[in-house]
Amino acid sequence: MTPAPTPEAAASGAPTPPPSKKPAPTIDSKGLQRYKMLATWIIFIGVLVVCFVGVDADFMALFSDGARQNMGRILGEMMRPDWSYASHIWKPMVETVQIAIAGTIIGAVLAVPVALLCAVNIMPKKIVSIPARMVLNLVRTVPDLLFAAIFVAVFGIGAFAGMLALVFFSFGLVAKLTYEAIEAIDPGPLEAMTASGANKIQLIVFGVIPQALPYFFSYVLYTFEVNVRAAAVLGFVGAGGIGLHLDQQLNSLRYDRASTIIVITLVIVLLIDYASTYLRRKLL
Amino acid sequence: MIEFKNVVKQYPNGTIGLNNINLNIKEGEFVVIVGLSGAGKSTLLRSINRLHDISSGEILVDGKSITRANGKQLRRIRRDIGMIFQSFNLVKRATVLRNVLSGRVGYHSTFSTMFGYFPKEDHDIALDALTRVNIREKAYIRADQLSGGQQQRVSIARALAQKPKVILADEPVASLDPLTTRQVMDDLQRINRELKITTIVNLHFIDLAREYATRIIGLRAGEVVFDGPVSEATDAKFSEIYGRPINEDELLAADAPKGGVTV
Ligand SMILES: Nc1ncnc2c1ncn2[C@@H]1O[C@H](COP(=O)(O)OP(=O)(O)OP(=O)(O)O)[C@@H](O)[C@H]1O
Ligand SMILES: [Mg+2]
Repeated sequence: MTPAPTPEAAASGAPTPPPSKKPAPTIDSKGLQRYKMLATWIIFIGVLVVCFVGVDADFMALFSDGARQNMGRILGEMMRPDWSYASHIWKPMVETVQIAIAGTIIGAVLAVPVALLCAVNIMPKKIVSIPARMVLNLVRTVPDLLFAAIFVAVFGIGAFAGMLALVFFSFGLVAKLTYEAIEAIDPGPLEAMTASGANKIQLIVFGVIPQALPYFFSYVLYTFEVNVRAAAVLGFVGAGGIGLHLDQQLNSLRYDRASTIIVITLVIVLLIDYASTYLRRKLL
Repeated sequence: MIEFKNVVKQYPNGTIGLNNINLNIKEGEFVVIVGLSGAGKSTLLRSINRLHDISSGEILVDGKSITRANGKQLRRIRRDIGMIFQSFNLVKRATVLRNVLSGRVGYHSTFSTMFGYFPKEDHDIALDALTRVNIREKAYIRADQLSGGQQQRVSIARALAQKPKVILADEPVASLDPLTTRQVMDDLQRINRELKITTIVNLHFIDLAREYATRIIGLRAGEVVFDGPVSEATDAKFSEIYGRPINEDELLAADAPKGGVTV
């Protein structure tokens, strides 16, 4: 009939309630369940064995003399970090956090319109939501380091490539989490806004955003936490940040300096995690 | 004010929601629609502001066909129709005032509402609406901190902020206790009388229907089986509408001691 949004369509986007009642287990279904259990374990162990063979897993290597000696030597050097080196890494450390912040913010901003297009309670037309989801899933299949490697190849070595990589990564993560949150919002206010003569954008501004915003911010903070960690290793593919220096020190066997970098990175990541988790708890 | 012409509504799964409805509701009437669960009360109400599309026939609101309207015209007609829901449908995290102001969006361009800004006149209209339902002092409180009855009054205020010609209420008191039920119904009645807003309410309490309505419409299986003033809506007529004798629980009065005593 008419393309006007109807609550029938909106209701279909609501999360389905968990199944309420299971049928009472009978003798038969109990036996069946035992078989299912057994089959699950057999499959699980089978997969594990195939994987071990695939990676040439040799647990004895963990305890071989060579490994023990290497481990002892490296750990020994790492136990004595070269603190004088710390003054050299503040700049790249700050750059790392900057990459994470810029990547998160730009990615999150780009994620908003796409999340709205993906949510079926906002976009009942499948012709829009299905392609939007396809693009999103495509972006999400690419790991952040691969993005970084590609952008380093295109734009050259440096923080810009790293930031772009995190823009794409954050975009995928935030858009996916946000559209799922949007689909779970209470459809009531949307219906009320439609009934009062609101158009689509007004419906979003007054019905969707007030409900979804706390979730969105929480996801952005979470993405930022993940991005700080990712930014710390982006340097291994030349995409700026502290990882470049860690790579250099490891390659020149300066484990004392590497451990300075690791310790400082750890402290920064923990601080950011702590602050972010605190904020997220406040939000929701 | 509202005219149904041969209205049929068939749901996509084949269920007939409304079967050839012809009605003419005049300005200022307080119409109560009664009928068993599944009789088509909500379908009838929601087809008036086209939350449901009808399959054939036509509905006129204030002389304009909402059935044929599209886009901007449709939103313009909806702006004149306030709606009140059983579950209030407020944005729970937003303040009461914010919720009431959202009833004003139909009067503004997309651009000016995009940033959530409303002119001072709108604030005055919203506060005025809250005063009318006696919860002006709750304006700056978050909606989820109010009781059910208060939330329903906020949703009435939101409808009033639209400056509507018609108010539709779908089981507005079904989730309220008997005392707040009366307060909310009194509010609706006062608004209907003072502002001359045509009001259509779905109810399942027979005594409430008789007490507040100026006209009662009985539905059964998507058809109008009774339409007349309260004086004609006798117990016998109700039994006809329901196809069986009236139950105790269809009377609010019978419900009251239960709801009142048990805590
Ligand atoms: N979205 C839908 N899809 C299919 N059938 C529907 C839908 N909504 C309602 N119906 C059917 O249409 C008929 C009328 O439903 P309606 O909700 O209007 O009844 P009602 O009188 O409001 O009942 P209640 O008192 O339970 O609210 C019922 O048979 C119902 O099952
Ligand atoms: Mg109903």
